[in-house]
Amino acid sequence: MNKLRRLLLKSGGASGAVAIVLAAGLLRPSQVFALERNINAFESKSVADVLKLLGAADAAASQDIMIKAPEMADNGMVVPIEVTSRIPGATSITLLAEKNPFPLVAHTEFSGGAAAYLNTRIKLSQSSPITVVVTAGDRKYVASTEVKVTIGGCGG
Amino acid sequence: MSGAMKIRARMKDGITDVAVLMMHPMETGQRKDPRTGQTIPAHFIQKVTAAVNEKQVLVAQWGAAVSKNPLLGFRVEGATAGDKLVITWEDNLGEKSRAEATIA
Repeated sequence: MNKLRRLLLKSGGASGAVAIVLAAGLLRPSQVFALERNINAFESKSVADVLKLLGAADAAASQDIMIKAPEMADNGMVVPIEVTSRIPGATSITLLAEKNPFPLVAHTEFSGGAAAYLNTRIKLSQSSPITVVVTAGDRKYVASTEVKVTIGGCGG
Repeated sequence: MSGAMKIRARMKDGITDVAVLMMHPMETGQRKDPRTGQTIPAHFIQKVTAAVNEKQVLVAQWGAAVSKNPLLGFRVEGATAGDKLVITWEDNLGEKSRAEATIA
């Protein structure tokens, strides 16, 4: 009983501290994202909602985000995606597969000398635009490419 | 089954190219077992971190749409051969893994 109370007080205090730091403008929500999972964004089924939750609803289209993905993927279970950003000061890359049941695939934050570059493999349930959001400072940038899938990655 | 990682970290012209292969089923929670018709519960890596000489260089949050046995490739500037690279992951069931490699 007492232990639980201590725990609640502790956790309450911790989140309170985060709120104060946020209010003071020391940490932007985008910086908090990687520390604490944005559960709503990962569980959202709508691309528009995910972008809103990422603060990227009015992200600027950018030619400086290079997405390397196959035009045609025979197997939607394993689609290679390589993203390189040439936007100065880029600190995060977010991947969305727009037609997946849950569009948000991965959010990656870079620091300490890591380049805004990412190479991974994702599942696509069907042919879909792949949208990439890049954060640089206070701004969000977006680019998109289309992958056609012959066999989807969510069935079985 | 899950837990193992393979790491390759090579430096060339000041840039370290890192590739990490994690052994993990990455179940989405949407698939059905074809024999029983039962839904296979979600089991996927949610968080990945990378640090060079204990300085964090990458934090990733993943959904279930990252492929089975995930590949994570990234690049670090300013690291040197002999630096220690540590990769960790944690999945939605609370399983954790940690692996180390030396940059070559």
